[in-house]
Parts: sequence; C-alpha cells; structure tokens
Amino acid sequence: MNLRGAGSAVPVTIVLLAILVIWYAATIWLNAPWQLDMYQRNHVTAWSPTQFVTDTWNQDRPVLPSPHQVAVELWKTTAVVAVSSKKSLIYHAWVTLSATLLGFAMGSVLGILLAVFIVHNNAMDRSLMPWIVASQTVPILAIAPMIIVVLNAVNITGLLPKSLISTYLSFFPVVVGMVKGLRSPEQLQLDLMHTYNASRLQTFFKLRWPTALPYLFTSMKIAVAASLVGAIVGELPTGAVAGLGARLLGGSYYGQTVQIWSALFAASILAGLLVIAVGIVERLVVRRMGARP
Amino acid sequence: MSSVVSAKNLSLTFETNDGPVNALSDVNLEINKGEFVSFIGPSGCGKTTFLRVIADLEQPTSGEIQVNGMSPNEARSKRAYGYVFQAPALYPWRTIEKNVALPLEVIGFGKAEQVERIRRTLDLVGLAGFEKKFPWQLSGGMQQRASIARALAFDADLLLMDEPFGALDEIVRDHLNSELLKLWAATQKTIAFVTHSIPEAVYLSTKIVVMSPRPGRVTDIIDSTLPHDRPLEIRETPEFLAIAHRVRDGLRAGHSYEV
Repeated sequence: MNLRGAGSAVPVTIVLLAILVIWYAATIWLNAPWQLDMYQRNHVTAWSPTQFVTDTWNQDRPVLPSPHQVAVELWKTTAVVAVSSKKSLIYHAWVTLSATLLGFAMGSVLGILLAVFIVHNNAMDRSLMPWIVASQTVPILAIAPMIIVVLNAVNITGLLPKSLISTYLSFFPVVVGMVKGLRSPEQLQLDLMHTYNASRLQTFFKLRWPTALPYLFTSMKIAVAASLVGAIVGELPTGAVAGLGARLLGGSYYGQTVQIWSALFAASILAGLLVIAVGIVERLVVRRMGARP
Repeated sequence: MSSVVSAKNLSLTFETNDGPVNALSDVNLEINKGEFVSFIGPSGCGKTTFLRVIADLEQPTSGEIQVNGMSPNEARSKRAYGYVFQAPALYPWRTIEKNVALPLEVIGFGKAEQVERIRRTLDLVGLAGFEKKFPWQLSGGMQQRASIARALAFDADLLLMDEPFGALDEIVRDHLNSELLKLWAATQKTIAFVTHSIPEAVYLSTKIVVMSPRPGRVTDIIDSTLPHDRPLEIRETPEFLAIAHRVRDGLRAGHSYEV
C-alpha cells in the first residue's frame, strides 16, 4: 500500500490508536485501587485478570472513564435523548454555541474597529495597545463571575453576559491580527493610491481591507476557539443551569466523571467544527480573491 | 511648446541616521509637452527621487518645481500624471481589468465609461483577451503592460515611468520599448522615463538627462537628433552610437564609473 497516497488518514489513525491504547491502560491503572477495594468489601477473592480489567473499564463512577463509556454517553445524550430534553448534550451544546457565536461576532467587530482606529491614529496606537495587551493578562476565571454578577444586578441575564466573556477573549487575536494586516500593504501599493489622490476611505476599502483579509481569517480561527472557552467559563458561575459549562460543573458536583468527559469531548468537537467553518469561509473568500489554487 | 515640468534650483536632502544625503542638488530642467525625456545615471543619482518629486511622493528641501504650472500637490489632486513603478504593483486580488479599473473607481468614472476605457487601454498595450486573468497568471512583461494600461486609463497627459522594464529580460525589453514608442506616438503624451540602460535611453528619448550621484545632480542634457520614427535597427547607426557615446561621456564626467 502506498502510504503517501493515503494522505493524512493513515498517520491520524495511528495516532488515534496510540491514544486509545494509552487511555485504556491508564483507565486500568487509575481505577484499580477502587476496584480492589470493592473486591475486598464484597469478599470477592477469585477474580481473574480478564475480569479485573473489564471491571475497571466499566465502573459507574470511575476516576478515569474508559473511551467506550464516554462514547456510549455521547451517543445516548445526543442521539437517543430528545433534543429538547435537559439531558440532551445537543441542547446544552446549542446553549453554549449561541453564546459563543454572539460573543465571537461582537469580538470580531470590536477587534476590527479597534484595529482600524489604531492603524489610522497614532495617539490611539500608543494609548490603546498597551491596555489591550494588559486586558489579556487578567485571568478570565477571576473576571467572569464579576461580569455575571454585575450584569445580573442590573437585570441582564442569559445569553449576553456569557457572550461578553466570549467577546473579551476573542477580540484580542482579531485586534492583533488586523493591526498587522491593515499595515501590510507594500509601500508601492500605498504610493499608487497616493498618485490617484485617493481618500483615506478609498485607500482603506480598496487596499488595506483586502490586504488584511488573510490575517483576519487566521485571527478569527483563534478567536472562535477562544470564544467557546469564554462561553463555557461564563456558564460556570451561573449555577450550572444549561450549557456545556453547566454539564462540566454538574458532573463535578456529583462525581459524574463520564458526564464531564463527554461534555469535554462535545466542547472540543464543537471547537473543531467552528474552526473548520471559519476555514471554509476563508477558502471561499480567498478563491474569490484570485489566490493561486 | 508649453512646459509640463519646470524645475529651478531644486534640491532634496534626506535626513538619515548616517547624516544628510543629498539626493538632488540644484537641478534645473524643463520638460515640454510631447517630449520623451529619459533620466539616466547610476544608483543614487536621484533620478527616481526627481520623478517622485514631480509626483508629489517626495517633498523638495529647496528650489521650485511646477507641474502643468501648478505645485506637484495641486497637479496630483487634478490627476495630472500616471505613474508606472519599477514593479507592476498590481493588486493581486483584482483581475487585470479590475486593476485597470482601480484609478477609474477612485476618480469616480461611471460604469459604462470604465468599461470603455478598460477595453481601449488594454487594446493599446496588447492585453485584449486577458481581462479576467489574475496578475499571477501573466508573465512579468505582461504584468508591466497591465500596469502601463492602468496608468493610461484615466488619460493623464504626463506619464512618469520609473525603470518600468528594469526587471525584464532584454528580448522582452526590446519589444516593449518599440511598443512604448508606438504608444507614445499614438497618445501624444509627455513621458518622463527613468532607466539604467544607455541603449534604452537613446532609443526612446527626444531628450536625455544624464545624472550623477553624491550629490545627485544633472551633468548633461542631450537633445536627440534621431528621427521620430525609430525601428529597432536604428541602434546600429552611427548617429545612435554618437549619442550613446555622449551619454557615456556625461556619466564619466560625473564620476559615475568610479566606485
């Protein structure tokens, strides 16, 4: 078989298998103490190694759930349970996703606007940029509850507070990327606009903006993943009502490790899909802009 | 003949970290309507800087310069000139026709007028049929033609060309040179042309300005005696060689050959 011709499928499969092997081994190791404890309490003495391994892989509240337990939980909570049910992971994912998308949209717009101001105004560049960088050094876990509490006090609840945390995380990569992008036209291309006596607005829309678009998409891929993190973090202090964050918190309250892990997987699958979605839009736009295939 | 560019005692000094650099020193020059003027000299002689001063891309330190009887700034705001850079500087996300449309959009021509002008100028530079191509799909020579079409599209009477064929091989360059002469004859424009090449300068010009570096200055201004109609073979005639010889003398007088 020609491995090269198979593209990335073979390496990815090999890595996936390796992860599964390590995971199953770790499951045995981490769940063994409790399992041995159980055998002792129930006076089970004649257990075979096979039975021991199977038991560690199928505990009700394992320290580390095995892959198939997580898979089964994912299947049950997405395909079996009705989407409208509070037990449906799709329902929770949608709650998180809606906050993510709103926060991502607001973060992107805010990031682009800030970048435009920074690029066109020297004073803004010097006064704003340090604050923007500083904003990201504040731990989001500390800020998130305060945003939720303060907004609750003025009767703003639900989607918006969570989205604002997403915005807080996602505007940053967009600002940084767009400042670089809007400054990336070559001097010759700028001189050309100057010879036409083009206005700043014309130079922006006909030169700076198209030049910056590739930078924007790279930034937005980072921003959309950060948005999801923001939305999940935003769900933690609300008392775990709905959303993937709520599933994580609820799972940890009640020791439901399987639920935690399935929520984790749902979140990472969602993040992957979001990044892919931005990538697809990027490819469509870049193709329209005449990039080499 | 009316004066298109008129420079009197023009000087420009760049302040750099290594001290001031005299890019232009006391330049006096008249470019008249319909002339094809070449600027020749080694790197650092200020030929490009002079072109950029005409285009209001650089500000002179002292002296006077007028373009169409106005300051370069006023002339630029009236779109008095088209500029062709050393590199094509096409916008890679625009097709060839959209690149030619760029100045037309900025200036604000109507859609129908834009279409007509794009067709006419692309015809003029021999790029009809390449309207929908993106720049990367064209050869270097064709890209530079597209950039000339872009400079011609809005019908400025003055064409400023900064070593437009410098990056092209000699065969393509010969071809584009004779095309440029035809274009000049057809459009009656005034052309200021910067080059490194003595044959190119002599072949194209009605007037050759020889410049030398440190400080950048004019050492000789030669009015060409060659006829307006110039086949490529003219470059082997004694008359052509005599002018080329005088250019070389001018460069030597300015110590341009000393390193």
